[in-house]
Amino acid sequence: MGGTSGLVKGGGRWLISPEGNAVLIFKMQFMLLFSRQGKLRLQKWYVPLSDKEKKKITRELVQTVLARKPKMCSFLEWRDLKIVYKRYASLYFCCAIEDQDNELITLEIIHRYVELLDKYFGSVCELDIIFNFEKAYFILDEFLLGGEAQETSKKNVLKAIEQADLLQEPRHEYFNVPVY
Amino acid sequence: MLGYPAHFGQMECVRMIASPRYSEKRVGYLGAMMLLDEKQDASLLITNSIKNDLSHSNQYVQSLALCTLACMGSAEMCRDLAPEIDRLLRASNSYIKKKAALCAVHIVRKVQDLGELFAPAARSLLSEKNHGVLHGAVVLITELCERNPETLERFRKTVPDLVQIMKGLVISGYSPEHDVAGISDPFLQVRILRLLRILGRNNEAASDAMNDLLAQVATNTDSTKTVGNAVLYETVLTVLDIKSESGLRVLAVNILGRFLLNNDRNIRYIAMTSLQRIVGTDHNAVQRHRGTIVDCLKDQDASVKRRALELSLALVSASNIRSMMKELLLFLSSCPPELRAQAASGIFYAAERYAPSQRWHIDTILHVLTTAGGDVRDETVPNLIQLITNASELHCYTVHKLYRALLNDISQQSLVQVACWCIGEYGDLLLRGECHETEPAQVTEDDVLDALETVLQSHMSSPATRGFALTSTMKLSTRITDNVDRIRSIVSIYGSCIDVELQQRAVEYNALFKKYDHMRAAVLERMPVIEKNSPGHTNGESAGEPMKEIQPPKVKQREPLLPQQPANQVCDLLGLLGGSEEPLQPSPAPGLSLNTASTAGGDLLDLLGGLEPTPPAPAPTVTVYEKDGVTLTLSCEKQSDSVLTVTLTASNSTDSDMSSFTLQAAVPKSVQLHMKAPSGDFLPARGAAKVTQLVVLNNPNKVNLKMRIRVSYTSQGSAFQDTVQIDSFPGLSAAGH
Repeated sequence: MGGTSGLVKGGGRWLISPEGNAVLIFKMQFMLLFSRQGKLRLQKWYVPLSDKEKKKITRELVQTVLARKPKMCSFLEWRDLKIVYKRYASLYFCCAIEDQDNELITLEIIHRYVELLDKYFGSVCELDIIFNFEKAYFILDEFLLGGEAQETSKKNVLKAIEQADLLQEPRHEYFNVPVY
Repeated sequence: MLGYPAHFGQMECVRMIASPRYSEKRVGYLGAMMLLDEKQDASLLITNSIKNDLSHSNQYVQSLALCTLACMGSAEMCRDLAPEIDRLLRASNSYIKKKAALCAVHIVRKVQDLGELFAPAARSLLSEKNHGVLHGAVVLITELCERNPETLERFRKTVPDLVQIMKGLVISGYSPEHDVAGISDPFLQVRILRLLRILGRNNEAASDAMNDLLAQVATNTDSTKTVGNAVLYETVLTVLDIKSESGLRVLAVNILGRFLLNNDRNIRYIAMTSLQRIVGTDHNAVQRHRGTIVDCLKDQDASVKRRALELSLALVSASNIRSMMKELLLFLSSCPPELRAQAASGIFYAAERYAPSQRWHIDTILHVLTTAGGDVRDETVPNLIQLITNASELHCYTVHKLYRALLNDISQQSLVQVACWCIGEYGDLLLRGECHETEPAQVTEDDVLDALETVLQSHMSSPATRGFALTSTMKLSTRITDNVDRIRSIVSIYGSCIDVELQQRAVEYNALFKKYDHMRAAVLERMPVIEKNSPGHTNGESAGEPMKEIQPPKVKQREPLLPQQPANQVCDLLGLLGGSEEPLQPSPAPGLSLNTASTAGGDLLDLLGGLEPTPPAPAPTVTVYEKDGVTLTLSCEKQSDSVLTVTLTASNSTDSDMSSFTLQAAVPKSVQLHMKAPSGDFLPARGAAKVTQLVVLNNPNKVNLKMRIRVSYTSQGSAFQDTVQIDSFPGLSAAGH
């Protein structure tokens, strides 16, 4: 359990208020997506950590989650965080939330993200995420901001992504490739 | 980005962010979020770009900047850009407003003082219709209220507004945009509930205002799917945290009870988490569900088991201790290793508080030691030993049980340590073979010594355990009769052991055998009952420390008396000092012995004359021995019901001096003998001076008191020795045995 100091810098967990009460701060610290073989497909960190710490956390967490049996609880206590994870086909979606967060709603957040991916890619599978990882990030960034849900309507998120995609200049404009 | 190193990309990101093309910006910002964080210097370089992009005409560019700021903005960046964010909070479209709100949240987390800046804007956002903006506003207000109690006070006025919004969500018809399995915008509902919790905490008025709403949500929310349960869960947490009326509390606990019976493991898990929070305040309500909780101990899932364990330990009370302990012990034998230590210490604590009887307590602790001995804390051993010494009627039972446990398994160090200690202390009870409480085993002295030797030699035993074993082997030398030689050989072997602690002990015990044999019985007699400093306290370091100190220096305690031996033995002591192999003496002793040795005799007597308590004359004296000029008289005094002080006085009526005059005494088995230091060992001729020896006898069983005394001295260069038996004691027959 040692060496967790890096984890709570900047994110904050319990603050002691001026009256001396412990104050709850709700925050998602990071989200990881990894395959059944332990390959990392997506990582989004909402707390500042060094590369080394990130690698260490990723390695340990992937090991811990992959060791869980199929019918087990989706929540586990790891270091001083709660980990909420769910497996969709060959990918594990893993969120780290702080002690006082509502685990069930986090499961819903994960589910909503999967639905968004599904709608965007059309029956999404792991390959889509591997070959279009930047799109996966864009979608995540339209849905979550700073670790919190920013748009609760599925439709609106997808609309925004669509619009942003339209803004993307066509390739010939910046590769200077002549269009025949 | 898929887990491969990409440091070289940092400057590229900075360049791309500055580019006018959206595609490049998009990728550049993504790269920035991935590769840069506030610890990197390059992150400062993008501050300007972000600033510019925040005022960009294209909202998607603004959104990129906001997203990046909220993800990795450092404190300086936040300070710089806060006014911009505030502007965006007030005057922009809802797409940007919702993002600006969450960005503000990040800023407040980084730089708490800026909270004041955003409070007014946050307030006005609550009247927006857009769910995204509402959600962002609620999150922002939550953050502001948590960090600043004054802001909290101000925002209490928004409770009615929040209740309205919530009502709208719960009651209103189907809204396809925000619907999730029949619940309208559960994310927003949960956030509002959370904010209400913070606002209603410790405040009657606010709690009253939200009572109805909470009741409504609790009863109307559909709990067949996870999402419904998520909202119910948040409702329950809110109800339990604010000053809700009792009816509402009962409702909340009932919901938790329903959760406990749910098939879904996740739901059971969170039910137990919440029950844990209220077990202190609503103990009885939680007790009703004890059966289900105890069943969860047997669940396959480690998370559920952990929750169930914590909750079960919290539910133990005087009335259910026996049944709960059965379950907990069963759990301990099959629990995952990471929970063992917690389970063991929880069991000890519960046993300490609610033990119905001492025997049950000892049994429980022994059971835990057998199943999970490796995971218990260090103070368990002294605590248990203290418990055992206190339960004096159970000594026989305990030592039998421990002996059997020791034969079974010597790998659990705590158990082995306690077992060795008990065998050493109560070995005689073990060998006696009779026991009321459990089946006696036919144990011979060899068996016991075999067991102890196995512990000593096993590679599984830790050094502390071997120390325990060696000491108890030594103690047995006074409690058994036939195999003392075997003990001597064991002890002498360890005199050259590599382990310094064992070597020291062995050498001291060797010395005890060789030179101070007459003191051995006194040194190794039964330990007195250890006093508890703080009753009912598992972490009794008070009991722990004196225990630990009594053990090794037990032999040392006797040392200060040694220099007060007759002169020749003092010279022996000097010999020991000179030898320097045997670290027997603590600091006062050498000084004393050197002193007395240099002034041959007279000072010694004076020194010791002062020390020795002179018994008053009134006790009747009887001459018990008279031969070759040596006269020995005896007088006794009853100190208490079973304690008798006997004074032996010797005098020399011959014409030559006697030196090295020593008296040794032996008494029947059940009587305890304690010989004090003699006044000296030199008997000058013609009765010029006497030597007095005090003997304290403890006769608890009131047996017929007899004493055999051996007299030895040197006169005119030759050694003399004689024995005399004393069958009757003056003063004693009068008072009765």
